[in-house]
Amino acid sequence: MTTTHDVYSPSFMTGDEFHIPTFRLLQQDGTLHEGAAAPDLDQQKALKIYQAMLITRVLDERMMAAQRQGRLSFYMQCTGEEAAVIGATAALDDADMIMAQYREQGALVYRGFSYDEFMNQLFGNELDYGKGRQMPIHYGSRKLHYMTISSPLATQIPQATGYAYGQKLAGEGHCTITFFGEGAASEGDFHAALNMASVHKVPVIFFCRNNGYAISTPASEQFAADGIAPRAFGYRMHVIRVDGNDVLAVYQATQEARRMAVEQNQPVLIEAMTYRLAAHSSSDDPSGYRSRKEEEAWREKDPLLRMQRWLYDLGWWSEEEEKSWQESLRREVLETMKRAEKRPPPPLESLVTDVYADVTPALQRQLDALKTHIRKHPDAYPKGAQSLDPDVKAAGSELPSGDEQGGA
Amino acid sequence: MPKMNMLQAINNALDIAMAEDDKVLCFGEDVGVFGGVFRATSHLQEKYGRDRCFNTPLVEQGIIGFANGLAAQGSVPVAEIQFADYIFPAFDQIVNETAKFRYRSGDLFNVGGLTIRTPYGGGISGGLYHSQSPEAYFAHTPGLKIAVPRNPYQAKGLLLAAIRDPDPVIFFEPKRLYRASVGEVPEEDYQLPIGEAEVTKEGSDITLLGWGAQMEVIDRAVELAEKAGISCEVIDLRTILPWDEDTVVESVLKTGRLVITHEAPRTGGFAGEIAATVQERCFLYLESPIERVTGLDTPFPLTLEKEYLPDHLKIFEAIKASMAY
Repeated sequence: MTTTHDVYSPSFMTGDEFHIPTFRLLQQDGTLHEGAAAPDLDQQKALKIYQAMLITRVLDERMMAAQRQGRLSFYMQCTGEEAAVIGATAALDDADMIMAQYREQGALVYRGFSYDEFMNQLFGNELDYGKGRQMPIHYGSRKLHYMTISSPLATQIPQATGYAYGQKLAGEGHCTITFFGEGAASEGDFHAALNMASVHKVPVIFFCRNNGYAISTPASEQFAADGIAPRAFGYRMHVIRVDGNDVLAVYQATQEARRMAVEQNQPVLIEAMTYRLAAHSSSDDPSGYRSRKEEEAWREKDPLLRMQRWLYDLGWWSEEEEKSWQESLRREVLETMKRAEKRPPPPLESLVTDVYADVTPALQRQLDALKTHIRKHPDAYPKGAQSLDPDVKAAGSELPSGDEQGGA
Repeated sequence: MPKMNMLQAINNALDIAMAEDDKVLCFGEDVGVFGGVFRATSHLQEKYGRDRCFNTPLVEQGIIGFANGLAAQGSVPVAEIQFADYIFPAFDQIVNETAKFRYRSGDLFNVGGLTIRTPYGGGISGGLYHSQSPEAYFAHTPGLKIAVPRNPYQAKGLLLAAIRDPDPVIFFEPKRLYRASVGEVPEEDYQLPIGEAEVTKEGSDITLLGWGAQMEVIDRAVELAEKAGISCEVIDLRTILPWDEDTVVESVLKTGRLVITHEAPRTGGFAGEIAATVQERCFLYLESPIERVTGLDTPFPLTLEKEYLPDHLKIFEAIKASMAY
């Protein structure tokens, strides 16, 4: 159904008739914009948010260094987008569902995923909840309501609509937030998800991290419109654009969005304007597609520094605390990393479990055949051989000796 | 015992599942007040409300993405894809998401509650895009289960089992039989096993294997063969994935001959997989090469549909060729 009136000469529109403002509260120097009021955020919660941002930053730096040392096969940083991810997570109920893309480890940090839990996944060891099946950074946590990451882009978006529809029927007052980049918003799944959420009045928050790049493709080659936000009009959905490096604005916007979602079953689109300060992943080198100057300009807008200055001004955080936190964080990250990389791999059986609820006879035959083969050639399959006979240390399973390999 | 056609049996199964468990939801294109273009979901919205039985926008990838999320949340979605020919926009959601949900999360999350219902197959003058049998694409994807009923009794029992199965199931419904196949179906709740083939007729000379609408075609071929003095054993595979190797192998060890038939094109069709396994496990017992009677390696035609389809005469000729080898 459309609501329309008649005209008697051709009249085209482009969408440029609409101007979508950007919601901001905090300036880069840590003071509020004129006329802006800080959201209702006490010291304890503000510090929890900031510390999660700091932990995420340090974890990312350390793990990227570990990747460069060859200790880790792959890594992705959240750097530059911590305020967007953690500010949004902090505005939710801890039992709300998070369906993220892959750069949202900050949400897990905020909800209390431990360093050991991170490391076990990154090293795919026997304690990894995902049983060593997925590449690093594909975290998941049932107890923290964080859906296991899946590499295909945007598939989580219609799933979030479905998950939230189930939450609505359950009537327990929960919602789902789904994170994605402006590149993933080009996928068909994005459009399907928003349309279905609007039609079926689903309590879901679509949180777009518009960080400027999809690997190397700049936003200017991703869409012709004024960002992602105007798409909400096409689905008659509430939308807000927010400064993604402004943790207070993100927090307040998401808080309001959650209220609309849970109390009125209104889906909401949030477009957070931010910048991916790091490379897309450990396999990417941005120097081939963007300038140092551009990166430096965004480094000036660092969301951590912005919040840190605000906290300093309030007297809620100090340089001494910052320094001692950074030091102990680095130490803890290194210690847990050493623990995780020494742990054995998941058992060979985990190759065939969880394909179905029960291992099928055909899969059992395949596993048995594989075991027989590995027993013939144990040296060629050190991890599998180790799990068949854990007391015999298989050749080739020597572990890296630790941070004396060069911790810089 | 009441007589039902296949649509009534499916509708009855959905009704039982929805009455039993509030978490069961039915949705898809035109599924709501209209009851689906084939009427498989008739009156379900009336009975269970718009929250539990509803129309979706016309977007298959959205339907299955939505269904995956619902299943992960703990609901029991029964999503309809209006024609199997239109399932491909949802291929990514099915193959990369549905099938891998449990595995990739180490069983933290699963979408075992999901059932995807979709009409498949030819014989209704549907041309390229209302006739396809895409089961083999999905059979190549560990994590999915695929079931195909051959008659109303099977449809009800297998669908109820699919909905309650702890793994996601694609339920291919032979739409040519929706109204054409009528039989006795108990009113009460019952289930038929997923993953088990059924020997529908015992015989000693040759084994005939198929599923879904082909079972009726096989039965007609068997009539001709038995008149010619050939004793046929007939197996309905019922579940394409995981498929019941043991029942098929046991039969071929006895008869020494196998004809497999499906409507889908030959190359890459599921008959190839079965043939490969049977030759591995029955090599010294085979009296003749395994025959495949399938669609041609072409898109599904329209005017020449009868020529394309693997009908009873083609199967009968394959039986004779196998016997005379």
